[in-house]
This record gives sequence, structure tokens and C-alpha cells, in this order.
Amino acid sequence: MARYPLASTVETSGRQVRKRPRLSAWKRSEYLAAALFIAPGLIWFLAFMLYPLFYSLWMSLHDWQIRGPSEFVGLANYARVFADKVNLIALRNTIVYGLLSVPAQMLLGLLIALGLEQLSRGKVVLRLVYYLPVISSWVVVSLMFMFLFNSEGLFNYVFGDVLGLVNPQTSWLNRASTALPVIALLGVWKGLGWSMLIYLAALQSVPVELQEAARVDGANRAQVTRFVTVPLLRPTTLFIAVMLTIGAFQSFIQFYIMTGGGPVHQTEVFLSYMYNLAFNFLDFGYASSIAWMLALLILAISLVQFRLIKSTYEY
Amino acid sequence: MSIDAPTGVVTKRAAPRRRRFSGWRLVLLMVLGLGALIMLVPFLYTVSTALKANAFVFTPDFIPREPTLQNFADAWNSNNFQRYFLNSLKVATIASLLTVAIATTQAYAFARLQFPGKNLVFNLYLITMMIPGMLFIIPQFLQARELGLLNSHLGLIVFYVVGSIPFQTFLLRGFFETIPRAMEEAAYVDGAGRFTTFLRVVLPLAGPAVGTSFIFAFLGNWDEFTWALTIINDASLRTLPIAIRLFQGQHASQWGLVFAASLIALVPVIIVFFAFQRSFVRGVATGGVKG
Repeated sequence: MARYPLASTVETSGRQVRKRPRLSAWKRSEYLAAALFIAPGLIWFLAFMLYPLFYSLWMSLHDWQIRGPSEFVGLANYARVFADKVNLIALRNTIVYGLLSVPAQMLLGLLIALGLEQLSRGKVVLRLVYYLPVISSWVVVSLMFMFLFNSEGLFNYVFGDVLGLVNPQTSWLNRASTALPVIALLGVWKGLGWSMLIYLAALQSVPVELQEAARVDGANRAQVTRFVTVPLLRPTTLFIAVMLTIGAFQSFIQFYIMTGGGPVHQTEVFLSYMYNLAFNFLDFGYASSIAWMLALLILAISLVQFRLIKSTYEY
Repeated sequence: MSIDAPTGVVTKRAAPRRRRFSGWRLVLLMVLGLGALIMLVPFLYTVSTALKANAFVFTPDFIPREPTLQNFADAWNSNNFQRYFLNSLKVATIASLLTVAIATTQAYAFARLQFPGKNLVFNLYLITMMIPGMLFIIPQFLQARELGLLNSHLGLIVFYVVGSIPFQTFLLRGFFETIPRAMEEAAYVDGAGRFTTFLRVVLPLAGPAVGTSFIFAFLGNWDEFTWALTIINDASLRTLPIAIRLFQGQHASQWGLVFAASLIALVPVIIVFFAFQRSFVRGVATGGVKG
């Protein structure tokens, strides 16, 4: 059926015969318009995104040679993913990085959003400052933190020389045990503005009536926030948790620039390892299978998170 | 709330604004202000370092003892920096314009037109949005190699555009669904065709949304690092993110120079963000764009 009231469909007196052809002409113009509107993007997408996607899957089943014929190896590359100890290190580092950075970003983002919501002045400026790291490039902020945590950097000066809390000679990025917290700190600093902004937007849609009702019933400000506002933000919390976890598993630039995965793979994450395998060792087949395993891992974790958060908060 | 006894009318003073500046709000403002200051430390220290002569880079002063703009001048004039800046501007602008043009027309078709295969295509976009972007980098690299797109700005543009098509289409479709159909229907009744209606009625309404979409695309392309790192070899073709990274590699101890270059690269981002803050915030809120 045509969606729009057309002159031809409105007039009914004895012109039934003409009605159908006119309608399908309108329909035809709809298909034509749709084809013209969709085609450029769809062709672009099929050629440069969907085709590479299948190409990648195909490569992961081969011992891929950049020149000459590639040998089909079935799932051997995937078996290698599980046998390769570096992937275990990458998994450990990714989990540590995620645990250190995701909850902190969410909690700080929530607290800042709840605070900003209460302010009458200064809100716009503060929101801007907290959001500034989000829009800064990963390359630039990674270099900034490299410099801050340089053995002669500001952090060692303040917390080592002045406050005496750390050894002022510490080379933070040379060991996994110190590099991961530093990179996670960068992640929190860069990302908390994003969760703040999402929470701020969600707070706009929390019905004021519920909060007022709680106030009338004698709840204080903190109780209203804790027992009314925060539970109402549950879908937002889920969304942010899933997005940030996906982001943490896909970390690349900060690791690539700050440690390069080294020394000897100690600070490797999946994508730094994959990139290195592909573009320094030209092991495209194996690198592709790591990418696919990572995609599956991310999918599985997102599904678990959906389940977990849904069931614990059901009311 | 204070109510005037004789009339019972709520006076202006009773507006909640009156008790806005209470003590605990002041405390809150101070806490959040302090937090904001902590957030700014890395930026402030970067500016400070960029203003220091090379000999003083590791002296931990926030206010440089002998501030100099020499690093900014050196960065701007050395190593083809101006060319990198123009390269980034060119690639990011062209790719973003193409992305927005493609995403806008597609999004309109998804939001308003009925056609066979509509759900299939749209679901395909949704699925690819969930796949890690880095999965594409290896096959796209080999594809670009076969097509002779390596080491060229065209190679950057083609793949920047495709990378943002699904998400931008999704974002803009959401927007088109919020505008009432009445105006389009009026145009159709007046005898306007589909294309005239799209160009003359829908696009003017979509201005702000299309603008937001352009900003997101532009900022993403301006900062893009990995793909450019992978396919660009010629020094003269570098974009800013890879140039800055290599700058750091070449001038390992000249942090002042590296940060001056970084800050210059940050300027367009901050200008764009300040200028479009309102639509930016709205865009993040509705689309959940991750920076």
C-alpha cells in the first residue's frame, strides 16, 4: 500500500481501473529512489567491508603467503591460537587492563554526572573539561603519559622525590606489573568523560516525580540517589559496561605506542600481537585467526554481561 | 517556598532558584572543580613542556622558567609539518564529506522508503558494527595492495569512508525517524517528486543532524592512526598522527618539540568541539559514539 494520500487514490468515482497502474508507478518510483539512495553506500560497503570480512575468514584457514600459492591448513591456525603462550599473556593483560580501567571509568563517570546534575553554574565548563581527553587523539595522550611516567618524569618527581611514595628511578613502562596500571590510568583518564556524558543524558530522562515522591516519603538526597536514581539508570549502566568492555578488549594504540607489547611480549594485548604478526612477520593467516578469536571472545563476553546484569537487577 | 499570606499567591522568590546556592552545592562545585583540575594536569604539563627549551624539559616546573615559543616555531617549520597538517586536513575533509553524503541518503531510504531487502541490508550493517574494526585491517591491506591503493591518500579515503558508513547510517536513520512525515506528505500532495522532496524539504530539516555526523566523521578521521600507519610509506604523504608518532621516534629526547607538534594537531579538534559543543553532546547522547 502507498503510504501517502495521493490524489489518484482519493478519487473513487468510477476510476477504479486507473487506480492500480497509478499506484504501482508510485511504488516503482519508491524502488527507484531507494535503489539510487542505497546503491553508492551498499556497493562501497560490499566491496570494502563485507568482501574483506570473508577474505579474512578465508585467510585464517590458510598458511597465507604474500606471494605465491597459500596452503590450506584448515583450523590449524586456530589450534595455534590456543597453543601460543603469548596469547595467554595477552589474555591476562587484557583482563587486568579491563578490570583496572572499566569499573573505575563507570564509577567516576556516574559520580561526576550525578554531581554535575546538581550544579546550577559551572556545569557546562566542567563537563567540557572532563570530556576533553575523550576527543584528544590516542597518539597524543599516549605520548603525554609516556612522558609523565618517564623515569625522569613528573610522576616520579612528585610521588618519588617529593612525597617519597615510590622509587624515583622507576621505569614504569618496562614491566607488565607497572606498565598495565599506568596504561589503565590513561584509559580511565581518557574514558571517564564518555561515561559521564552518557550518564548525564540518561539522567535527563529519569522522571522527577519518582525522586520527589521519595523526598516526600522522607528520603534524604543521598538515599534518593542511591535507591531511586541509580537503579533507574540500570539500562545505561549495562550499555556502558558492554561498550567499555568491548573497547578494553580492542585496546591497541596505547599499547602499541607506550610499550609496543614488550619487553619480550610481557605487555602484549591481542591486537598489538596480531598487528605485529601481520605487519612485521607477514604471518597473515595466523594473525587473522587471532582477530577472529578475539571477535568471538568479545561477543561471548558481551552476551554474558547482558545476562548477568539483567538477572541481578530484575525487579 | 514562601507564600504571601494575604493573597496566597506563590511569589517569585519561591522559585527553586532561590535556594540554589546552598553550602553543599558550593562544596560539590569545589570537589568537581578539583577533579577537573586533576583532569587538566596532563594537558597543562604538556603545554608547559612545549614552552620549555630543550635543556629544561625534565625540570618539573609547571611554569617554565624561561618560556619560549621556539618549539612551536621549530615544529611548524620542520620536517614537512605543514604538509602533514594539510594532508590530514585534505584526507579528513574529503572522507568525511563522502561519508556524510552516503550515510544521509542511505539513512533516509532506511527510514522512509519501502524496498525489498531493506531489513537484510540494515541488519548487515548492524552486525558489522559489532565486529572489531581491527579485524578488517589485514584483508583490507591486501585488498588495497591488489588495487594499488597502498601509499596513497585515496587508499586512506576509501577505507575511512567504508569504516564509518554503517555507524553513520544507523545514527542518521534514527534522526530521520524523529522528523514528522507531515511535511514530506504535504510536498508530495503538492506534486513534488521524491528527489525534490528529499533535497528541498528533508535536507534542510536534517541540517543539524548532518552537521553532527560530519563532525564525528571528521574528528575520527583526523585522529586515525592505525590504517595510516599501515599503508602510508612516503614521508610526504603522512598524516599528523603518524607524523607525530615518528617525530617522537626521531627526536626521542626533544619532548618540547613533540608536544608542540601534538598541541598544534589538537587545535582543530578543540576548535570544532567548542564550536559545536551542543550538537556534539546531543550526538553522543543519542548515538552512544565512543571516542
